[in-house]
Amino acid sequence: MVRPPQPFNPVLVLLAGLCALFFVLPLVGLLARTPWASTVGIMSDQGVQAALRLSLVCSLASTVLACLLGVPLAWVLARLRFPGKSLLRGITTLPMVLPPVVGGVALLLAFGRRGLIGEPIAAATGLGLPFTTPGVIVAEAFVGMPFLVITVEAGLRSMDVRFEDAARTLGARRWTVFRRITLPLIGPSLAAGAVLAWSRALGEFGATITFAGNFPGTTQTAPLAIYIDLESGQLPSAVMLSLLMIVVSLAVLVALRGRYLGDA
Amino acid sequence: MTLRVEPGEVAVLLGPNGAGKTTVLRALAGLLPLADGRVVLDGQLLDDTARRIRVPVELRPVGVVFQEYLLFPHLSVLENVAFGLRSRGMRRAPARRAAGAWLERLGLRSLEDTRPGTLSGGQQQRVALARALATGPRMLLLDEPLSALDVSVRAEVRRDLRRHLREFPGVNLLVTHDPLEAIALADRLIVLEGGRVLQAGTPAEVTGHPRSPYVADLVGVNLLRGKALGDVVEVDGGGRLEVVGAGNGEVFAVVPPRSVSLWRSQPIGSPRNVWAGRARGLDLLGDRVRVRVEGRPSLVAEVTPAAVAELGLVDGADVWVSIKATDVRVYSA
Repeated sequence: MVRPPQPFNPVLVLLAGLCALFFVLPLVGLLARTPWASTVGIMSDQGVQAALRLSLVCSLASTVLACLLGVPLAWVLARLRFPGKSLLRGITTLPMVLPPVVGGVALLLAFGRRGLIGEPIAAATGLGLPFTTPGVIVAEAFVGMPFLVITVEAGLRSMDVRFEDAARTLGARRWTVFRRITLPLIGPSLAAGAVLAWSRALGEFGATITFAGNFPGTTQTAPLAIYIDLESGQLPSAVMLSLLMIVVSLAVLVALRGRYLGDA
Repeated sequence: MTLRVEPGEVAVLLGPNGAGKTTVLRALAGLLPLADGRVVLDGQLLDDTARRIRVPVELRPVGVVFQEYLLFPHLSVLENVAFGLRSRGMRRAPARRAAGAWLERLGLRSLEDTRPGTLSGGQQQRVALARALATGPRMLLLDEPLSALDVSVRAEVRRDLRRHLREFPGVNLLVTHDPLEAIALADRLIVLEGGRVLQAGTPAEVTGHPRSPYVADLVGVNLLRGKALGDVVEVDGGGRLEVVGAGNGEVFAVVPPRSVSLWRSQPIGSPRNVWAGRARGLDLLGDRVRVRVEGRPSLVAEVTPAAVAELGLVDGADVWVSIKATDVRVYSA
């Protein structure tokens, strides 16, 4: 479709330009201060590598966890009717608006060594989540999963359930219907939800540092390492890691653009 | 409501929207629980609310062609047709072979690798038919199988569908709101309205002897009901008709609109049925004008535009109605 050209509005264009600068300048600042010469040195630093590896492993693991548990929850929210459903939906999507630090505190009070269920579990098995790598995964899933749940729920709601009826009349049992009809039909929503949850997990800071702590090698993910480097005056490696995070986020944004954020 | 359909016969449920046709179909397929009743197919009990028996949808030997076909958009045509066999535990290779044979039979072999979204309506319908038949059902249910199609291709697809349904040895039950489709496809026509069976029989029987205003409208005749005594019918709601040999008791009287004559003054001469009325609404229909006349009884007359001009017929005009006794067909209610 060819749209007629819009009348030119100088005020709007000026404000839009200011807005664009607001986003472009920090990027330029980062690029300007990037220590290109010492790239190899920083990237081969063991601490930096460990932080990057941990970020990647934990964010992917939390995404898998979010899919395994979030898809069933989305299905329950989309398909079943029961009292307290809106409350359940509210609670499970709360982490989207909650300050992550608050989420970390709440996680500690539930799963911490003195937590509601953390204490009996630790007493019985000697195992605990806080300050461990699995703790990082839990914290990231806590903040990332809601994105997957609402995206998949929307997908399930907009799907034509009569396809499931058709599959059943052809002899498909419950699980076959879910696996061969429902899941493929909500595939785009599932992919979008998983990528959103993953990118949220990748950038997670507050809940992680509160719940899992900041131990290099076990719980110090890239965002934590950036913060610590900055605090301790190691600007070059902070900038380098930041740049890497930007590249990854940009890649996700571009990959998602066509599918989720609408055509640009 | 009771419904009995013989194997090999194409039964068509005809009724206006909201008559309960699709509900019957979904109940037979097991997609809707029965509130009260029994479904027996070929001696196999599928539903019996009294004994709390309900065979789950996936275990019923029933194939369904849905209104918009509902072909799975993410599977190829071949995979769509093989889906039922795979779901019933057949291995991939034999399932695909069997599905291919069905596609061959319905002239769709060349399309087996395409996605349903790119097919024409008529092709989609045949794929839906192949998919439903591939599992070897003993009953085939079709919900408005032609309504999703362009008018231009309907006649051809209907002919094909009729041929395929004839070849299916099980019970065929088709649902439609389109009388033409119903009469073209049915061995047995079952007219539903408000969740009840109004009439059932061969299309000729049903259309030849309307027993409800719905069927009378469909065929385009005046349907009156009343009590007969010899050659006179006392019409329910007022008026009397002289007829030839009505017998006794409750009867239907059918008057073709073309047999109704209209006059501006009381006619003299042979017609034995003459009464006064008032014209209410004139509709041009092809080369005829349909005039609704309120009187005792009220009915619809069909006259030529020339007659309308000659009589100066307008909405609200006083008219006289006459009908020959031999033009009234009477049968017992």
